[in-house]
Amino acid sequence: MMRFLLGRLAILIPTFLGVSLIAFSFIRMLPGDPVMLMSGERVMSEERHSQIMHDLGLDRPMYVQYFDYLGSVLQGDLGTSIVSKRPVFDDFKALFPATLELSLCAIIVAICLGIPAGVLAAVKRGTWLDQTVMGVALVGYSMPIFWWGLLLIIFFSGYLGWTPVSGRISLMYFFKPVTGFMLIDSLLSGQAGAFKSALSYLILPTIVLATIPLAVIARQTRSAMLEVLGEDYVRTARSKGLTPLRVIGVHALRNAMIPVITTIGLQVGVMLAGAILTETIFSWPGIGKWMVDAVFKRDYAVVQGGLLMIAGVIMLVNLLVDVAYGFVNPRIRH
Amino acid sequence: MKKLSFLLAGTGPPWARARPPGPKPRVLAPGAPREGLARGWSPGGQPFAASSRTAYSRLVEFKHGSTELEPGLAESWTISPDGLEYTFKLRKGVKFQTTEYFTPTRELNADDVIFSFERQLKADNPWNKYVDGASWEYAAGMGFPELVKSVEKVDDLTVKFVLNHPEAPFLADLGMDFASIMSKEYADKLAADGKMGQLNQMPLGTGPFTFVAYQADAVIRYQANPDYYKGKEKIDDLVFAITTDAAVRAQKLKAGECHIMPYPNAADVAELKKDENLTVLEQPGLNVAYLAYNTLQAPFDKPEVRRALNMAINKQAIVDAVFQGAAAVAKNPIPPTMWSYNDKVEDDKYDPEGSKKALEAAGVKDLKMKIWAMPVSRPYMLNARRAAELMQSDLAKVGVSVEIVSYEWAEYLKLSKDKNRDGAAIMGWTGDNGDPDNFLDTLLGCEAVGGNNRAQWCNQEFDKLVKAAKKSSDQAERTKLYQEAQVVFKKEAPWVTIDHSIAFGPVSKKVSGYHMDPLGIHRFDGVDIAE
Repeated sequence: MMRFLLGRLAILIPTFLGVSLIAFSFIRMLPGDPVMLMSGERVMSEERHSQIMHDLGLDRPMYVQYFDYLGSVLQGDLGTSIVSKRPVFDDFKALFPATLELSLCAIIVAICLGIPAGVLAAVKRGTWLDQTVMGVALVGYSMPIFWWGLLLIIFFSGYLGWTPVSGRISLMYFFKPVTGFMLIDSLLSGQAGAFKSALSYLILPTIVLATIPLAVIARQTRSAMLEVLGEDYVRTARSKGLTPLRVIGVHALRNAMIPVITTIGLQVGVMLAGAILTETIFSWPGIGKWMVDAVFKRDYAVVQGGLLMIAGVIMLVNLLVDVAYGFVNPRIRH
Repeated sequence: MKKLSFLLAGTGPPWARARPPGPKPRVLAPGAPREGLARGWSPGGQPFAASSRTAYSRLVEFKHGSTELEPGLAESWTISPDGLEYTFKLRKGVKFQTTEYFTPTRELNADDVIFSFERQLKADNPWNKYVDGASWEYAAGMGFPELVKSVEKVDDLTVKFVLNHPEAPFLADLGMDFASIMSKEYADKLAADGKMGQLNQMPLGTGPFTFVAYQADAVIRYQANPDYYKGKEKIDDLVFAITTDAAVRAQKLKAGECHIMPYPNAADVAELKKDENLTVLEQPGLNVAYLAYNTLQAPFDKPEVRRALNMAINKQAIVDAVFQGAAAVAKNPIPPTMWSYNDKVEDDKYDPEGSKKALEAAGVKDLKMKIWAMPVSRPYMLNARRAAELMQSDLAKVGVSVEIVSYEWAEYLKLSKDKNRDGAAIMGWTGDNGDPDNFLDTLLGCEAVGGNNRAQWCNQEFDKLVKAAKKSSDQAERTKLYQEAQVVFKKEAPWVTIDHSIAFGPVSKKVSGYHMDPLGIHRFDGVDIAE
């Protein structure tokens, strides 16, 4: 097991270096520079532009900048944002819990609804129920997130007035963040109604972010279940007179879950990508919106640092999934 | 004392409950104030609303809803006859805000004023580079490093600015956000504690509201400053809810989650006007959108060709299509709300036939040209691509073939100022200080060729007039000079002046005392809210 784990960890090093190089070079390939954007319509003189580029160290050869950056990263310094003048890591630390909270809620919703829907569709294969579930899943999968979010806001918040429009909690509540997770912090604050408010603000963004993973999980569960339901051991279980619930819930679903778990693991990356749009439309103060703004403003340090941190999180999740596989299926360890 | 609109209850940490709860006017801020809260970095105006007009005050202030100046922290001032020395008498007894992170021990004095400017102007000032990449773009943009020779203390309550040359707009410049006055005592304390970066994150000034908290990308909270020199504000709490999408902002306002919303989508204005709980305020923007010819490029180097092309463009159609009427056709390079606007100038008449004949008379045949369309939406030009398409269609009618080009914004900014630029570029400007110089010399002066002067137009007659106006402190004389300059501009036609947009400000009917501002400033002093 230790050898397996060390092997996995060894792969992380070149992956990390690759990500750092890609993050560093891709943002610099875009036309324009942060200093130019800083001045907007007001034109900056060439001398002043050069001076600021020099002050920021952006006039040095690219490889020097890269190795300097890599050296800082290895010492735990992700740099300072060119726009906010704050350390990148501080901003990441402040914003990441919001993204994590939303992503966790969305993945829980996607799992809790997607798996039963997939099972139901498989068991009732070919019926109107199967076609309805799969039809809805296809619509969900094809839904443009931005449009879907705005539609929900207009209907549930604007027309029905059931849910708040955007943000993380009502503006009337004010407490110092402890964990960064609004649901937990609102409970810790002890302020009456704060938790309920935080929960209500989570509903719409969670639905929007969960939509695509939910559809993917439902389709994957259905196809895995259909495969398993045709296996001999399921037929044997049925012929032994076990209840349908036990046959499906214990014998079939457990075996069908392996590819579903893989799919759920992959959805973490999809979730972070989806969070960019969801956060933008719901004014959710997470890293998605932060990164998009940084790209538009050519805030090199934020794009580099943010990508590195996100890649780190995904690598960590993948490592955990690999380790979990190793435990579940000893053959993988070898 | 106002009745409570809601109560904070429970057993939270004491500091969370220590503030007196009260009515909470909320404002939707359109963009995240990532630029930090100590003014001066970037010319992006949005973060200013959330700091400079709340936490800080300036020596002089713009009157509410106007570009006219009134005394601020300076109760009076004198200007030397040669226009080189401005001496300000500071108000006595002005207190800096007391916050959880700093308790001032002294009142405002000349040291604070000197500190506030020297940190931006002197490269050897320890505060000039107090955070990585600090640069003072507004001070530089207004020419302060070359203009201001020194800022001197005459006595504790008197401060003198010595200029290198007379500059009439200088006083108006001091009403701008970058000229906000900061506390030197607070800065000294931060320097002593090794926490200089905090100046950018935790503002402290003499303004109407005291900073409470900033939650990254989400909310900025202020409360009324009890020591404000004009008296405590009527509202207790001011909350900025950062909401970047205009459609979502509109929904938030309609749902009653916030009280004031800046920058609505033009398409949403009609719907917002129908809402019986809202009032939609209007204010002609202090801006202009234009198409700048490259006057160094043939045949656009001939005024008669430029005038002929101007006649081919139906500007009213552009205003109707792009702004749905929320703009006025522009005839001068300065907006009509600005003093010295010359209403006697006659606009180019939309006359395709006349244009065709004038082009023929100028010897121009089968002309092919490029029109550069900005890739971004700005208050003065919501959709440059659409405007360019309309111009393309108009010019086709007079036999001019137009190719529309566009670049990514950073690239557009860079390439469009190039003297060798091929084609005419759509661009625009929003005024900083209400002074005509901020448009006429900044955008059309000879020194700005290759820079802000995207028409690359250097006309000695025009330049002489605006330079003379810059040096004079006699407003009547300046008005006359600027009006003459506008006549020269029209005759020479370096631009197609397209539009001056109208800004809308939907506000809850519970709010009173809020004014739209021609400079786009959002101010909350004097604002009240019905319970």
